[in-house]
Amino acid sequence: MTSLSVTAAPCSCACSCEPSEAELFARLDEVINDYHEKPGGLIPALQTAQSIFGYLPETVIRRIADGFGKTVSEVAGVVTFYSFFTLHPRGKNLVRVCLGTACYVRGGKEVLDAFRKKLEIDVGETTPDRQFSLEVGRCFGACGMAPVVMVNETVYQRVKPARVGEMVNQIMAGAAVAGEKEHA
Amino acid sequence: MINVTINSQKIQVPEGSSILQAARQIGVTIPTLCNLEKREAIGACRVCLVEVEGARTLQAACSTPVHEGIIVRTNSTLARAARRQVLEMLLSEHDGNCPTCDRSLDCELRALADEMGVSRVPFEGLRAKRHIDDSTPALVRDNSKCIKCRRCVTVCGEVQGVGALFPQGRGFQTVIGPAFMRDLDGVACVQCGQCAAICPVGAIVEKSCIPEVWKAIENPKLHVIVQTAPAIRAALGEAFGYEPGTRVTGKMAAALRRLGFDGVFDTNFTADLTILEEGTELLTRLKTALVDKQPVALPLFTSCSPGWINFAEFYFPQFLPNISTCKSPQQMFGAVAKSYYAQKIGRKPEEIVVVSVMPCTAKKFEAQRPEMNVNGVRDVDFVLTTRELARMIREAGIDFNALPDEQMDAPLGLSSGAADIFANTGGVMEAALRTAYEIVTGRELPVANLHVTAIAGLGGVKEAALTITGTKPEWSFLEGVELKVAVSHGLGNTRRLLEHIKAHGSPYHFIEVMTCPGGCIGGGGQPRFTDDSVRLKRIAAIYSEDESKKMRKSHENPDVQTLYKEFLVKPLGEKSHHLLHTHYKHKAK
Repeated sequence: MTSLSVTAAPCSCACSCEPSEAELFARLDEVINDYHEKPGGLIPALQTAQSIFGYLPETVIRRIADGFGKTVSEVAGVVTFYSFFTLHPRGKNLVRVCLGTACYVRGGKEVLDAFRKKLEIDVGETTPDRQFSLEVGRCFGACGMAPVVMVNETVYQRVKPARVGEMVNQIMAGAAVAGEKEHA
Repeated sequence: MINVTINSQKIQVPEGSSILQAARQIGVTIPTLCNLEKREAIGACRVCLVEVEGARTLQAACSTPVHEGIIVRTNSTLARAARRQVLEMLLSEHDGNCPTCDRSLDCELRALADEMGVSRVPFEGLRAKRHIDDSTPALVRDNSKCIKCRRCVTVCGEVQGVGALFPQGRGFQTVIGPAFMRDLDGVACVQCGQCAAICPVGAIVEKSCIPEVWKAIENPKLHVIVQTAPAIRAALGEAFGYEPGTRVTGKMAAALRRLGFDGVFDTNFTADLTILEEGTELLTRLKTALVDKQPVALPLFTSCSPGWINFAEFYFPQFLPNISTCKSPQQMFGAVAKSYYAQKIGRKPEEIVVVSVMPCTAKKFEAQRPEMNVNGVRDVDFVLTTRELARMIREAGIDFNALPDEQMDAPLGLSSGAADIFANTGGVMEAALRTAYEIVTGRELPVANLHVTAIAGLGGVKEAALTITGTKPEWSFLEGVELKVAVSHGLGNTRRLLEHIKAHGSPYHFIEVMTCPGGCIGGGGQPRFTDDSVRLKRIAAIYSEDESKKMRKSHENPDVQTLYKEFLVKPLGEKSHHLLHTHYKHKAK
């Protein structure tokens, strides 16, 4: 699957232009067509839709609800239940700090506060330069490495609050971040 | 059958029964705040915890099926303590400002706390940030009182097929509400109020207009009159301790008079009027189709139920041309009161205030529709639910149970039995058939006791067929025609019927739709709690009200005949068109 933080995948014409909205919706309709009759198809359809659009705007949620024969309130309810989904555009880099039980007891809250302070945004917000979005995760399945932070597809383990400033600077500079990390 | 032991009592219950259902069979009550009859148990509220021998933890009685040899203890110390603790946790999050809550007298959470002997809430819980949604004329939502039992989600989605409400978000932050945290006016809510009728607490209630009504009554310059829907007389008594299904028509008239209304009238009067207008509309459409061979929208749908109108405008715009152009009896009453009646008593329409008492919350919305006016004067000024009327009667210190039986006033108070049955699913159709058949053949509808039993009762979609023979000369085009009718109640049933018609066409000529399960007797504004046993008792009360009258057909109502003679001239005439008919428009979802 494409990266979680992309705003839009490139179009198929091999040029560098952004695909038009009509093209994105045509792709969404294909996704709906593929999944709408499959049991449990809603969540993979939402995941794919989010990878197409970068987020799940109301128009997309309505289209999916219609296609699946579900109410808008139900699909919006599913979207807002899972922290993976977002109703708002995200920045270039999505920082997700795990606050699952293991990470929480190993200081995940302090790590989150460090990101808040460094990026000067709250959970669910995006920096004005659209470089970073900050969100909370509920267990990435890496409890042995707690506290865990995911930046886009990369998992950072045993993150210390004191290291957060350096991490952000290095991501901004496009450099690899030193320290323990694994690719998801 | 399965052998079950509950509190040392051995019983046999059908396979698939839940512990809750099994316990009820032997008169053991297990409390629940989320369970709804005929709906899948969701185990959301957790107050039905019981001890099951051999199970590792306490089980939710509503969602645990019995198995052979199961041994259940519902009233052990462990089970009672666990239930009390669940209740304490619910209370710790709940905005328990009971004295000022609309539900102070009939709150299920409060009643349960009393039953369980909760004397204090030991936890200092976080409270949800309060948001009051009073965006619609019908309903008020207060999420700080919500206990997230999801009954409203079930009734809105499964029973009504609307799905305006769903849990949004997660955990403590969950809000039961419309998508994108909108208010109700921002989504396709039909304002039927079934959510308010089943909410165990005060999280969804009707928007009250009691203060405005008192103010109007106390203004000496205004002539304030009241109309009561047929369904009120079969339910209002429940608010004063009477058994469901007790008819209180006479006491209701007496109470309204003591509240200070200048005229105590009856929506039944305009229900009779509706039958003449709508029946004529049906026969006219049939003539256009059969004699003139012109395209015309058939089947005709009834238009009395404003939740159904909203539903069609949101979800089934293709059927809007099929809906009768008749205003509902509530609106017809207002239009007649502010024209014909105003002339009769020599008052200006602006000086007359029309108050309705309705079993319904959508009627509050309907009264505020911009097109529901005559020459800029609103047909109906204020709409009270049955529950609000009961509140006013209590507030005024009227001893309802001691009231004598009184009559409605003339000239808008007289009605036939056909008007009474507008309250029941199938009733509008039966009333229309009583009149239409007699107009066309000159003979009485040939069914026992004037009841069309095939379309009565709580079946979801009902149908009947009637072959017309022996027509009068002017209706000879209907000779031998098999008139086919259908009746649905509850918008979920209605959605299924309409989807079927969309796919396969309609064999029907006339279809009655009522928004709420059971019809208006089960409306969103009726006394709580309404289940099928209560619905059936109210339905029976309405039929007995009908049968107690000599005059049981709308066209026999002498005061309606006088109204036509003195004022309206004829059904579907120019005055009727201006006063009594309306139009519909597609609303974006």
